[in-house]
Amino acid sequence: MWTWFHKLGSPKWFYDISGKLLNFMAPVAALLLIVGAIWGLLYAPADFRQGNSYRIIYIHVPVSVLSLSGYYIMAIAGAIHLIWKMKLAEIAMRSAARMGAGLTFLALVTGSIWGKPTWGTWWVWDARITSELVLLFLYLGIIALYEAYDNKVSASRACAVLALVGTVNIPIIYKSVDWWYSLHQPATIKLTQKSSIDPSMFYPLLIMIVGFYFFYGVALMLNMRTEVLINERKTRWVQDIVERA
Amino acid sequence: MHPVRKQRLLVVLFIVVATSVAAALVFYALRENMNLFYPPADIQAGKAPIETSIRAGGMVKEGSVVKSPDSLRVDFVITDYQADLQVTYTGILPDLFDEGQGVVVSGKLDVTGLMVASEVLAKHDENYMPPEVADALKNKPEAK
Repeated sequence: MWTWFHKLGSPKWFYDISGKLLNFMAPVAALLLIVGAIWGLLYAPADFRQGNSYRIIYIHVPVSVLSLSGYYIMAIAGAIHLIWKMKLAEIAMRSAARMGAGLTFLALVTGSIWGKPTWGTWWVWDARITSELVLLFLYLGIIALYEAYDNKVSASRACAVLALVGTVNIPIIYKSVDWWYSLHQPATIKLTQKSSIDPSMFYPLLIMIVGFYFFYGVALMLNMRTEVLINERKTRWVQDIVERA
Repeated sequence: MHPVRKQRLLVVLFIVVATSVAAALVFYALRENMNLFYPPADIQAGKAPIETSIRAGGMVKEGSVVKSPDSLRVDFVITDYQADLQVTYTGILPDLFDEGQGVVVSGKLDVTGLMVASEVLAKHDENYMPPEVADALKNKPEAK
């Protein structure tokens, strides 16, 4: 019953299916991001307290959401790699680490830019911001750990363990604003109750979040495809692709 | 599932559970120290040290802001609706500072319980709406 699962680990199968998925996902991601950005930045109304400076929410919230959920993608890929020794899962884990580091950095930078006009400071050591900074160090640590080993088999195993250990930080970041007194405000988008943002501002935000998920998928697959081609460069099917091109 | 893989799966689950327990214990031990600021009720109860740099946070009490006519000095009261804290600050306030809004001030408590602030940060809440909606809500007495 596990044969189908092992088939998922075939690099050629991944390369074919991701090529088809990209044809569909890349235009959807571009469309959603363009529509969401124009709607959010030009047509959504200004906020009653923050005026126009709240509009950075349309970048800050999507990248922050992805920096957290992308960690689970990396950790699950790491677990699959540890248990099934799947090469493709290792590639997914390392690609997700690079993506995550970039997104977390953007979340911190956009938050800082938003903090200056509203809170009156670029940086404050509150629970939310500090735990997000720890997340950046976790992503960078995983990238650095892989490069530190000469033996890439042990390297990827060590990275997977570090990725799993770091999962504990994700619920801490998410709940930090509820558990402790912080300068950062609590969550606006709530899963169980009504969100505390006006619908006219919420729809473009939702489009941006969904758009960033698609963008994440596209960028992750492009990243993985490059790695797959490098790893499999000696195989027949890759050489066929190169000859055709 | 292959027994070796089952064993590795158990190791993976053990790593996640063990680190979660460890983190929970650490944060339980640190629970008060993880807060960015003291609420006025804790300061009144004597939990905050005197003449040491601390942060206090709460709402600026309505009608309590007194601006000095000839300097940048501002006096105001912050409240958590259980206790009040008198704050004095000399400097430029953030744009979002207003009566009835959240602030976090850092500074030192003197022996009389006055907070001499060196920095005032505005805290904004998680509600976003257009100005027209905010006005409509304000004019409707049953809605808050």
